[in-house]
Amino acid sequence: MALDSKIPQGPIKDKWTDYKNHIDLVNPANKRNIDVIIVGTGLAGGSAAATLAELGYNVKAFCFQDSPRRAHSIAAQGGINAAKNYQGDGDSTYRLFYDTVKGGDYRSREANVYRLAEVSANIIDQCVAQGVPFAREYGGLLDNRSFGGVLVSRTFYAAGQTGQQLLLGAYSAMNRQIGRGKIKMYNRHEMLDVVKVDGKARGIITRNLITGEVERHSAHAVVLGTGGYGNVFFLSTNAMGSNVTAGWKAHKKGAYFANPCYTQIHPTCIPVSGDHQSKLTLMSESLRNDGRIWVPKHMKDVEAIKSGALKPRELAEDDRDYYLERRYPAFGNLVPRDVASRAAKERCDAGFGVNATGEAVFLDFASAIQRYGKETAHVKGLDENDAALVKKLGQEVIKNKYGNLFQMYEKIVDQDPYNTPMMIYPAVHYTMGGVWVDYNLMTTVPGLYCIGEANFSDHGANRLGASALMQGLADGYFVLPYTIGDYLSDDIRTGPISTDSKEFEEAENDVRKQLEFFVTNKGSHSVDYFHKKLGKIMWNKVGMSRNVKGLTEAIAEIKALREQFWKEVKVPGTNEEYNEELAKAGRVADFLELGELFAKDALNREESCGGHFREDAVELDGEQKGEAKRNDEDFAYVSAWEYKGEPSDAVLHKEELEFKDIELKQRSYK
Amino acid sequence: MNLTLKIWRQKNASDKGSMVDYKVSDISPDMSFLEMLDVLNEQLINKDEEPVAFDHDCREGICGMCSLYINGEAHGPDRGVTTCQLHMRMFKDGDTITIEPFRATAFPVVKDLIVDRSSFDRIQHAGGFISVNTSGNTIDANATPINKEDADDAFSAATCIGCGACVASCKNSSAMLFVGAKVSQFALLPQGKIEATDRVLNMVKQMDDEGFGNCTNTGACEVECPKGISLENIARMNREYLAASLKG
Repeated sequence: MALDSKIPQGPIKDKWTDYKNHIDLVNPANKRNIDVIIVGTGLAGGSAAATLAELGYNVKAFCFQDSPRRAHSIAAQGGINAAKNYQGDGDSTYRLFYDTVKGGDYRSREANVYRLAEVSANIIDQCVAQGVPFAREYGGLLDNRSFGGVLVSRTFYAAGQTGQQLLLGAYSAMNRQIGRGKIKMYNRHEMLDVVKVDGKARGIITRNLITGEVERHSAHAVVLGTGGYGNVFFLSTNAMGSNVTAGWKAHKKGAYFANPCYTQIHPTCIPVSGDHQSKLTLMSESLRNDGRIWVPKHMKDVEAIKSGALKPRELAEDDRDYYLERRYPAFGNLVPRDVASRAAKERCDAGFGVNATGEAVFLDFASAIQRYGKETAHVKGLDENDAALVKKLGQEVIKNKYGNLFQMYEKIVDQDPYNTPMMIYPAVHYTMGGVWVDYNLMTTVPGLYCIGEANFSDHGANRLGASALMQGLADGYFVLPYTIGDYLSDDIRTGPISTDSKEFEEAENDVRKQLEFFVTNKGSHSVDYFHKKLGKIMWNKVGMSRNVKGLTEAIAEIKALREQFWKEVKVPGTNEEYNEELAKAGRVADFLELGELFAKDALNREESCGGHFREDAVELDGEQKGEAKRNDEDFAYVSAWEYKGEPSDAVLHKEELEFKDIELKQRSYK
Repeated sequence: MNLTLKIWRQKNASDKGSMVDYKVSDISPDMSFLEMLDVLNEQLINKDEEPVAFDHDCREGICGMCSLYINGEAHGPDRGVTTCQLHMRMFKDGDTITIEPFRATAFPVVKDLIVDRSSFDRIQHAGGFISVNTSGNTIDANATPINKEDADDAFSAATCIGCGACVASCKNSSAMLFVGAKVSQFALLPQGKIEATDRVLNMVKQMDDEGFGNCTNTGACEVECPKGISLENIARMNREYLAASLKG
């Protein structure tokens, strides 16, 4: 099947408006006869559920958590971008569009990104109207801050808990519709398959995680808002339950999977401390607004710091290597995530890592504390030369801005970041790849939509800070409600979809078969045993830097691990009860397939772009020497994989990316 | 570290349940409490026993899912943390640790350490929202300036993660800190004022219907709250409720 992105004609700034003016609408009376299933209730799924219910559709929403309020969007810290230009610093829809396309290393779809930038300002208005308590200035107006990869201040935030507040906003909008009976909410339910009838998505099979009951649910359209698949690495910043199952089952039913190898490695996470670790914790990128990143210049100081003979505070300014400020003077500590992550890895690989494992760099707030302290003393007419006072005042400012992050760091690491620099290291965070969708956010399966992190469309090969929340809410509140109506307008005479058809029966039987296999296969290793092994292969060979040899090995190793999994996995308990191991087994089975496709996609992409650094694609000379080398001539496409059985049989389709409004250029942050 | 764990095991909602002793060894002080339970579960699975069921998800202190009652305290002995942020360095080698589910009539046990907190959701369905369409056709966000102190107070109330520690630590199993936080968030913002009367009456009624007890100003909820939600929110809710009742 040829890929049709369905991008509307006309100038980029008019595409979305023209599109909305010409789509088919559904009469309100008919909306009452149409059912929509939404899987996942984070920012994308939750906002979509609320909006579709408000429009009048019957919504059935599903989440695996005990409440939609716990979706992992809640953990996003830093903020949400919007081209409001409240600061008058030159921001505009075009500039947000430009920064996002450039930041994504020119691997996203122009039309989608422009639309995202266009609706971004509405998101802020909407959320404020819902009672989202964004940070305010003393005059009562909204405050902004800056994020990596941009030169304007366009990020709206609520301390370090922006994701939480936005999610609670979407959750409250959902609550209003649940209260009205327009959304039927299924908590603690996991989607285990998509059901297609006559080629269209018409329902899902779920498992009630408490009772084990396998259920059939039908609808006129199915929307997946199920988040990212970073947990394929075992260790990531994702919640423990985040998984790829919904997207992967959709893939097996005909939805193409796009750019699986595009993973964002976030530069500011708490380093791994040992083998016991179950997940990684991210420290918001907003910390780079005030924190300076460094490692010692000299190996003797690295050794002294590691052994505890030298405190990082005591190292003289001249003996520190502020390597981001050195390499990228224009953006300094605010370079985009992929650049910051690679630079940290480069220093640590060269031996300058500052913790026991050699995989950490410092994020230092001492100079910000000084600067803010002096400023506050000046404003209050106090003595700017009183070092203790300045430090105290400066710490108060930092506490107001990042207090919860500092507290979180202290609890985990047992060190006080106000008095000693934090240690950070890159970790797997957001996945830019996902289910392929067209401009309407529909997958290659008619009636099956995919929104938010679960799709691939807006971020290219790298996601800029504060753009994920923006995409989730844009898709859910403002884009999908239009595009899905155009599709559903053909369904006004369909009537309720029966779940008694052979398609539902077959899908249910397949699901039951797999569940039964797991609880009767008396193997010798736990699910986590396999997940950890997969994670090691992924991180070592398909992680921040990749080469042909490693990727080829990874493909073979994952395949072998998958075979071993199906022979030797052990799942205690039964299906007719709460059984966490059983739920995990299904998720890891899908990760073991996705992992191989991920490596295969990485092998295909013979260029460095985004977080994806190919060791054989590097600039050899000039100003960009040593930086990642993109290859626009051969790789300016979306790789969309078609399922054909084993991941090794997957067929590659290419959506060529056209850049009409932005010139493809070398990304330079120097 | 080597530890003895006394854990509440209960097969399902209708099972009677009992405390069972387990031993774990080689626990690193850097582990989180939940990672320690992971170690125990791996051990149980390898011995063909059923792992202990407990709720958890984000493991960075924000989703509110982890709900353990440890040595008689919600989320354990540390202050201002969820269970996933509780680290084993808070315990000593050789300690015996008692682990139970949150106990309240309105939080029935599902299995082992997992409880059903959907009563919190139902309270929110009753009024935990501002009735605005999600169309994006609202006024400009800066058109209604909000006093910074009010915005900050609303934010502080809104940081409640709905974990239920307040209920678990209250001798009356009261949910007033939780409900007070939500009522306060909207009461402090101009956008939420219009339906404030109905909101507080409906939410309080639902809270009572769910079987939560009343507040007797003991303050244990505030002490155990991982997000430091203040008792002021209960006072604000009471004022709102009184005003609404007089008006109603």
